[in-house]
Amino acid sequence: MKNIMCEYTAKDFKKGQPRWCPGCGDHFFLASLHKAMAEIGIAPWETAVISGIGCSSRLPYYMNTYAMQTIHGRAAAISTGAKVANPDLTIWQISGDGDGLAIGGNHFIHAVRRNINLNMILLNNRIYGLTKGQYSPTSPRGFVSKSSPYGTVEDPFRPAELCFGARGRFFARTIATDDAGTVEVLKAAALHKGASVCEVLQNCVIFNNGTHDAIAKKEDRARNAIYLRHGQPMLFGENNEYGLMQEGFGLKVVKPGENGITEKDILIHDAHCMDNTLQLKLALMEGPDFPIALGVIRDVEAPTYEEAVHEQIEEVSSKKKYHNFEELLMTNDIWEVK
Amino acid sequence: MSQEVKVIEKHDVVIRFSGDSGDGMQLAGNIFSTVSATVGNDISTFPDYPADIRAPQGSLTGVSGFQVHIGADKVYTPGDKCDVLVAMNAAALKTQYKFAKSTACIIIDTDAFQKGDLEKAEFKTGNPIEEMGIQQDVIAAPISQMVKDCLAGTGMDNKAMLKCRNMFAVGLVCWLFNRDLKIAEDFIRDKFAKKPDVAEANIRVIHAGYDYGHNTHASVAHTYKVESKVAVPGRYMDITGNKATAYGFIAAAEKAGLKLFLGSYPITPATDVLHELSKHKSLGVTTVQCEDEISGCATSVGAAFAGALAVTSTSGPGVCLKSEAMNLAVIMELPLVVLDVQRGGPSTGLPTKSEQTDLLQALFGRNGESPMPVIAAASPTDCFDAAYMASKIALEHMTPVVLLTDAFVANGSSSWKLPKLAEYPAINPPYVTPEMKGNYTPYKRNSETGVRYWAIPGQEGYTHILGGLEKDANTGAISTDPENHNFMCRLRAEKVEKIPVPDVKVQGYVDDADLLIVGFGGTYGHLYSAMDEMNKAGKKVAFAHFTYLNPLPKNTAAVLKKYKKVVVAEQNFGQFAGYLRMKVDNFVPYQFNEVKGQPFIVAELVEAFNKIIED
Repeated sequence: MKNIMCEYTAKDFKKGQPRWCPGCGDHFFLASLHKAMAEIGIAPWETAVISGIGCSSRLPYYMNTYAMQTIHGRAAAISTGAKVANPDLTIWQISGDGDGLAIGGNHFIHAVRRNINLNMILLNNRIYGLTKGQYSPTSPRGFVSKSSPYGTVEDPFRPAELCFGARGRFFARTIATDDAGTVEVLKAAALHKGASVCEVLQNCVIFNNGTHDAIAKKEDRARNAIYLRHGQPMLFGENNEYGLMQEGFGLKVVKPGENGITEKDILIHDAHCMDNTLQLKLALMEGPDFPIALGVIRDVEAPTYEEAVHEQIEEVSSKKKYHNFEELLMTNDIWEVK
Repeated sequence: MSQEVKVIEKHDVVIRFSGDSGDGMQLAGNIFSTVSATVGNDISTFPDYPADIRAPQGSLTGVSGFQVHIGADKVYTPGDKCDVLVAMNAAALKTQYKFAKSTACIIIDTDAFQKGDLEKAEFKTGNPIEEMGIQQDVIAAPISQMVKDCLAGTGMDNKAMLKCRNMFAVGLVCWLFNRDLKIAEDFIRDKFAKKPDVAEANIRVIHAGYDYGHNTHASVAHTYKVESKVAVPGRYMDITGNKATAYGFIAAAEKAGLKLFLGSYPITPATDVLHELSKHKSLGVTTVQCEDEISGCATSVGAAFAGALAVTSTSGPGVCLKSEAMNLAVIMELPLVVLDVQRGGPSTGLPTKSEQTDLLQALFGRNGESPMPVIAAASPTDCFDAAYMASKIALEHMTPVVLLTDAFVANGSSSWKLPKLAEYPAINPPYVTPEMKGNYTPYKRNSETGVRYWAIPGQEGYTHILGGLEKDANTGAISTDPENHNFMCRLRAEKVEKIPVPDVKVQGYVDDADLLIVGFGGTYGHLYSAMDEMNKAGKKVAFAHFTYLNPLPKNTAAVLKKYKKVVVAEQNFGQFAGYLRMKVDNFVPYQFNEVKGQPFIVAELVEAFNKIIED
């Protein structure tokens, strides 16, 4: 429901003074979200921002919209109920890696599977900040933290893999320090009808400082990340000197112009391809051998849950002969005592 | 055989149909109860089924029973023991005989008492009647064979024919009670409207059962007649507690002008509410079968925020999982109804059996000061009113409400006079007013009721945030101020305390009873019957039954302190008694406590209460 008549600015969505640590990635993300919402143009009062528990889940307090900060892990489920009950609301669901993938993992995958039309933001700093520094389900194996002084002995979730495993129709990634990239991804998420999962890589200055350093700065991003855009060749590097091509069942980083490789060999990104095989491969790329994929990696259409629910209500309503309580009673075996 | 059998007039009778889980005993019971209700008897039914879906055929664990109590006047329970026991196989006779009165008539299908059947039922001899020492009249009929003979030539296969055995029993029972088969025929034609062949086969078998009784007099000395005296004129239907609960929510949503939303996860014995509400899309009902119990409640909290009448349905183990999200609704002050169809616990416990052991969980089973209204339905038909009132309280007082029913009232049924929605009280949620536009904060409240105002998202000028963190009473911002927290906890508690609930009624010898029986929820019928029986025997007994448990009715202390002796009878180890003692100074009741998973037995209650009077 775009409000064409009314122009909004980021200020219209701002409220209060954020109380995250100075330098926290959440500050960056919040600013980008305000900006994206203004550009999307849906009224603050037609928008709800719903979070769970954790540092990033404080975000709704800084939104001049309808909002709820709920309980740990349940934001996806609570958002599901709100969206199904009132499909006209635009809902942004905010979770961290602990909220969304540990205690709330079940709700996360099922909201994605059902394809509820939610903008699902996963702020991933690979650490539990609010409880002061325990490893999270996205911390790498061997990660040393207060609750893993000798290193973790478990492998992390890769959010994209989880999303794709739950039949995710939209997956995008951005890093909080990249305002333009984040705004672009958020707008794409809002435009996508269905569950839009955005992984926002974000730094925790206190407990996991530097976790995304390889791509935090613009100049590093040029080398260590690739911006994927639908229909564009997969080129990266300071001067786009590198590219990605397919080799066998895998991907390969190549230099066009070398070893007989030309731009024609470079993959063109197809975010709308129903088959997610290559999209998943792109989403799982890691350094140092591969660039980290940013931007909209997958964006395919599918019926949304709440639309299907309301279509079914209408369809059944047109066929059934009872439409109020009185008429419902009459569908039973009734006898009369005179 | 030409001689007419004598007809004995009875005030009320209890019939228990029993057989394998797949034998269609529930349908048999339903047909007979409907036939009886249609001619104006009052009815109360109770299914007693095993937890297994299909236990091995003919085994002792696979027996399912369906008890029907019909009366000339009002009946309050499905009855302790039966006047007629139908046992469709040897295992049924073995397990169900204990429910037969000493004067009962027992009907068995001799074709299901063959060597193999007797072995499966763990009989040691070839004569089960003698082995069990059965003295009552037994109508031993080769039912299976007669069904096959009756359906020969229809082209049905053996299996399909034997599926109609239950109808033979219905026919025989209809003869025994001098019932008109026309009503049964109508019922079956309606039930199998899409399968007319099946309907006609069943009708043939019902007639065969009836004729068998009529022609042979079935070796009984007499048949029965139960007159119809009850009956306030009007239209009636037979309804189970779970269905009545679902109807109560539908009615409340319509009255309030809101959409009904149910978030749920299947769990025995509450699942039928999910089934029932899922059918009624043409009433705009939305049901979401969630990924777990937590989500069932969490989606409902989301739906409440978005402006629906939100309900989540479950049983005790599900309440454990929902309690965190229920508490969120407490602090966010959102309307929500949590239906707990209680079953035997702890843990998975007795999934298909009934208890009242979740009372303290409903009242107190959450962290923090977490006041929540609690209502308990007294009977299958009372589930409608209880669900309606739970919804009304939730919506008008902006609070989650726990509605307690139990497996007994949920699965049991009674005849129900169709309600007129127009006669039910209005439901007026405390919506924001235009004057609040622009300066609304969510925790400002009506000074009289203590209720906050409800701003449904999508309205300009009322944006706000709710959350699980404590909020400032005025601004709605996060607050850890000690005085504010103390104040907010008190406000939430007072809001619930201020909810108006009707006084508890005392029945029986109101002024001079020697004993007051006190109960709550689904034991109403049994406790009432116990009082009735004792008073008829010359005792002076009164009875106070509670539906509203939090807040308690204002006259609670006065009622409890009025009588010399009070007994609190409940299907737990004294949860209600303990709660009342907490609320009423110097209240020291006698207690009757039992957790057997089965309804109370009136005779046992009477015996126990008589002892208390003599004590």
